[in-house]
Parts: sequence; structure tokens; C-alpha cells
Amino acid sequence: MWLLLAIILGWCTIVPARAALTIDIIGAGDRQLPVAVAPMQGEARLPHRISEIVAADLTRAGLFRMVDPGGVMPMPSEPGEVRYGDWSSRGAEALVIGSVTPGADGRFEVRFRLMDVAKQVQLAGFSYTIAPAQARNTAHRIADVIYEKLIGVPGAFATRITYVVKRGTRYELQVADADGFGAQTVVSSDEPIISPTWSPEGNRIAYVSFEQRKPIVYIQTLSTGQRRVLANFRGSNSSPAWAPDGRRLAVVLTRDGSSQIYSISAEGGAATRLSNSSSIDTEPNFSPDGQWILFTSDRGGSPQIYRMPASGGAPERLTFDGTYNVSPRYSPDGKSFVYVQRSGGRFNLMRREFASRQTIPLTDGLVDESPSFAPNGRMILYASQQGGRGILAAVSSDGRVKQRITIQSGDVREPAWGPMQKGF
Amino acid sequence: MRRVLLSVLVASVLAGCASTDVKDEGAPVEDRKPDVVTAPTTKPAPPKQPTGPVVKQVESKPVSANPLKDPGSILSQRTIYFDYDSSAVKEEFKPVISAHAKFLTDNRGRKVTIQGNTDERGSREYNLALGQRRADSVKKMMMLLGATDSQIESVSFGEEKPAVMGTDDAAFSKNRRAEIVYDGE
Repeated sequence: MWLLLAIILGWCTIVPARAALTIDIIGAGDRQLPVAVAPMQGEARLPHRISEIVAADLTRAGLFRMVDPGGVMPMPSEPGEVRYGDWSSRGAEALVIGSVTPGADGRFEVRFRLMDVAKQVQLAGFSYTIAPAQARNTAHRIADVIYEKLIGVPGAFATRITYVVKRGTRYELQVADADGFGAQTVVSSDEPIISPTWSPEGNRIAYVSFEQRKPIVYIQTLSTGQRRVLANFRGSNSSPAWAPDGRRLAVVLTRDGSSQIYSISAEGGAATRLSNSSSIDTEPNFSPDGQWILFTSDRGGSPQIYRMPASGGAPERLTFDGTYNVSPRYSPDGKSFVYVQRSGGRFNLMRREFASRQTIPLTDGLVDESPSFAPNGRMILYASQQGGRGILAAVSSDGRVKQRITIQSGDVREPAWGPMQKGF
Repeated sequence: MRRVLLSVLVASVLAGCASTDVKDEGAPVEDRKPDVVTAPTTKPAPPKQPTGPVVKQVESKPVSANPLKDPGSILSQRTIYFDYDSSAVKEEFKPVISAHAKFLTDNRGRKVTIQGNTDERGSREYNLALGQRRADSVKKMMMLLGATDSQIESVSFGEEKPAVMGTDDAAFSKNRRAEIVYDGE
């Protein structure tokens, strides 16, 4: 279990979020890089210990083995204080050190360095001036730097996720940090909420709510809570997908008959039809370069994945294996896509590479659905089930690292991983 | 498997967040008279399909009875069930659809929403589209029988509003349905 999200009581602006978190990692990378994260000098001054959050982030990634720094005396916080023998004898190949120093106006300076133990050189070093409330986010950013230096691609720890919790007859759309902390309720309703999706800037979420006794697409701004209707045409309105420029969305409407894909401005207004069939065309998803849309269609007799130009036009069928392939999502580099395949009554995530046309099975659960890539492309968040309850899970893009995520009470479903954060 | 257990109280949050509480107000209720229907329309319409089941004629009823609510009237039947992976209206439900089409034809001021539903298996969005197809097939049949497009809105709840909970075939078959809901209900 990756996390146990806390019950959020009412409005987040009034009630502080409480998070009780459990991490469960199933499987790991081929080789786990041994890393020691030393306690940071003075970090007890902050509400959260940065070194512990960094270690938890790296552990969750499944690519690192944490080396216990216990017993090293004195604990180094600057490169000159590091006795490399202390760390090489413990098997550490990389070492994280740092300090927290009180500054002006109640702010703190957080300094960290990533050291190569064998070469005895610094790989990275940064200093942040933060308010105490920024401790967790700062730790995630430090973990992102470490991940990028050691793995070669940016980390995605300082990101957020959204998902829907169903508790009894109540539905809550929530947003939380990628490690499950700081969960806040964005909107709650007695009617279902589905298909939340982040704007490319990460400041808005589009979703489908049934509160008016039909599916209507809304856009809500997170900082203000302000929301408005994006699409409320006759019939059903659903499946919002942002274009990468954030100015338009693809949505699915039934106003002209069967479920078809339309383009609509993020400000609302008129919708332009993109797909053209008498069959079901749904679940649009833009390529990262904005040139293509993946979607699900049953025009060939069974639901399969197709691709069409983002401005509409002739679609090309991409999946042929099996009779039920749905929910396509582009990887952030655009070189592959994940989708859900039904096979033998089970629903599992698959990943297809465009160039090689190879398909990699990613999951082996009973009902795995609603895949969503981390913005660095290394993990895929999805909805699964355990003991009859909806849970979230994540799998690495090679299928090796798996995490399970459960909530204390209720069903959790419809996850979507947010974009990289820009600035503090 | 490695298990790390952390338990932390987050006293403050980094970013401000405003949350919206959606009151379940349902559809807007029109300001109109109660459902008092005059005598000629209180008789259930005879089924158009001669092969359909015999509809029991209610012997007598108060003139003011609302046939939509009268359990003895076929118009009180509002649910059309579907086979797995199908949006075809089964023979046994054609009399129900015919009766509602007749009612709409006789009452041009009345409107209905047809809500399509699926069982819980599969993609939520794809199921929303499948539920829509079920609602649409009921709508099309009603229009063939005289109701107008403007009287009928077909929408879908997909798998989101199961009639019964459960993960067996019995539950699934009760959830694969379309429901006819009159305006103001």
C-alpha cells in the first residue's frame, strides 16, 4: 500500500488535511542503486524532516535501496565533513547530506548536496529559502534532483494527483501530493463524478459530474474553487481531454446522435465535430505535440484504439489483438501509449511502442483501468480493486515496479497524475 | 515486498484550495400544474405489437389518477432491460415503449429523459457511450411510434448508477437498462 489517504472533513481551507500513509512496494527494478540519505543538520526545526521524505520518495520509486546512515558520528552536513569510508563500508554509492538553517522572517535555508561516494565528488547541490509550510514540497524537489542525477530523467515527486473517492453515497473529487499527503477535496456531490483530468499548467481540472441528472463537463480552478460548465449540450457530455496548449479540449458529445469527439475552447462555447462515424468514438487523448488524438471506437465491431489527426480526419486503427481495447493514453514522450485490454474476463494495462509495435503487459490484476502517466513517463497510475474495494495502484512503464495505494474507507477510483510543477 | 509505514499529521497545506459543495438539487422543477390527467388519457394504450404480452386492463380507477404513477397502468413500467453487450430492445419491452410513445403523442407538452445504464464491467467512459446507445434505441423506437425528438432527451449514466449492487450475472442483468423519467419527476 502506497498510501492511506485520510478522511477529509469538509472544506480544506478550514480543516487541515490529515494524512496517514502506508507505502507498499511490490517488485523492484533489476538493480537498486544503494543510496544513503543522512539526517539534515537542524531539520527538526521544520514541521517535516526533509531527509525522511526524500528517502520515502526514493524508496517508492523502486529504483533505489536505502542505506541506513545510523551510527555515523558525527553526521556530515557539508562535503568537507564526509568521511567516504563510513559510506562505502555501508555499501552506499550515493550520499545525500544537508542542513536547515533559520533565516530572516521565519524562513529557513535548506541546503543539500548529492555526493558520489566512489568518486568522492559532488553530483548536485542546491539551496532553497522556504517557509516552514513548504518543507514537504522542498523535500520532493530535492528527491526530483537526486532522481534525475542518478537515473537520467526528471523525477516526478513534486507533483500532484487527483482521484474520486466514493464513501457511502457521497462522491469527492480530491487532489493530493503524489505521495498521498495533503489531500484536499475539490468538489463533493451526492451524484457520481468521473473522468477528472488536469490542465497542462496544473491549475485547473476538467471533470464530468452527474449532479444535474445527466453527464455535464465542468472546469474548476483549484486555487479559487471557481468552476463553470464547459459542455452541457443535449444528451451526454463526457470524456474531457486537454490539448497540450491548454486552450482547447476534446470532449465527447451525443448531441448529433452517437457518442462522437468534438473540440471546444477551454472558455466554452461552440463545439466542432472531430470524429465522424455512426459508431461510438470516445476517450480522446492528445499526443504531447498536439498533432494527434488517440481514441476508442467500436466502428470495427468491437472497441479498439484508433488514432486521428487532432483537427479530425481519417482514423487509423492501432490495436488488433483481442476484442476489447480501450482507454488509450499517450506517454509524455509520445513514443508509446498505454491502454486497457480485456482478456479472459480480466482487465489489464498494456503498453504499445509506436516504433517497434511491441506490446508489453504491465499489470495482472482482475480489474485494472483508467491509466494515467506520471509526467516523467516512468510510472503509470491506475485504478484497481482489492477485496471488492476500489484502490489506486501504480506500475513502472516497464512493468517491474508496482505500488498499491488504498484509502482508509470508501472506494477510490478515476486517478489522474498532474503535470510537473513550475516554480514554488 | 517491502513495507514502509509512515503516519504523519499534516498540519498545514502548501497551496490554498477552495472546495465546492454540490447540493443534490436534481433537475430544475418547472412551475406547472399537478399531474391531473383527463379521462380519455387514463386508459393505458393497447400494445402495438400483437405478439406482445397481454396488458391487463384496470377495471376502474378515479378520473384524477395519474396513469404514469398508477401501478395498474403499463405507463408505470419505466425500465427496459437489455442483454449483455446489446442495445437492441427485446420483444417483451416493446409494449412498454409503445405505451409511453402513445402517451407522449397524446400529450405533446410532456417530455421524458431516457437514462441508459450498463453493468460495471469495463471502461467508465466506454460504458457511458454504451448506455447512451441503449437510451438512443429506446428513443428511436418512441419516435417511430409518434413521439417527437423535442420530447425526448436520451442521456447516459454508464455504469455509475447501478440499480442493484453485486458482481454476479443476476446483478449485472438488472443494471443493463434504460429508465424512462418524465419531466418534473
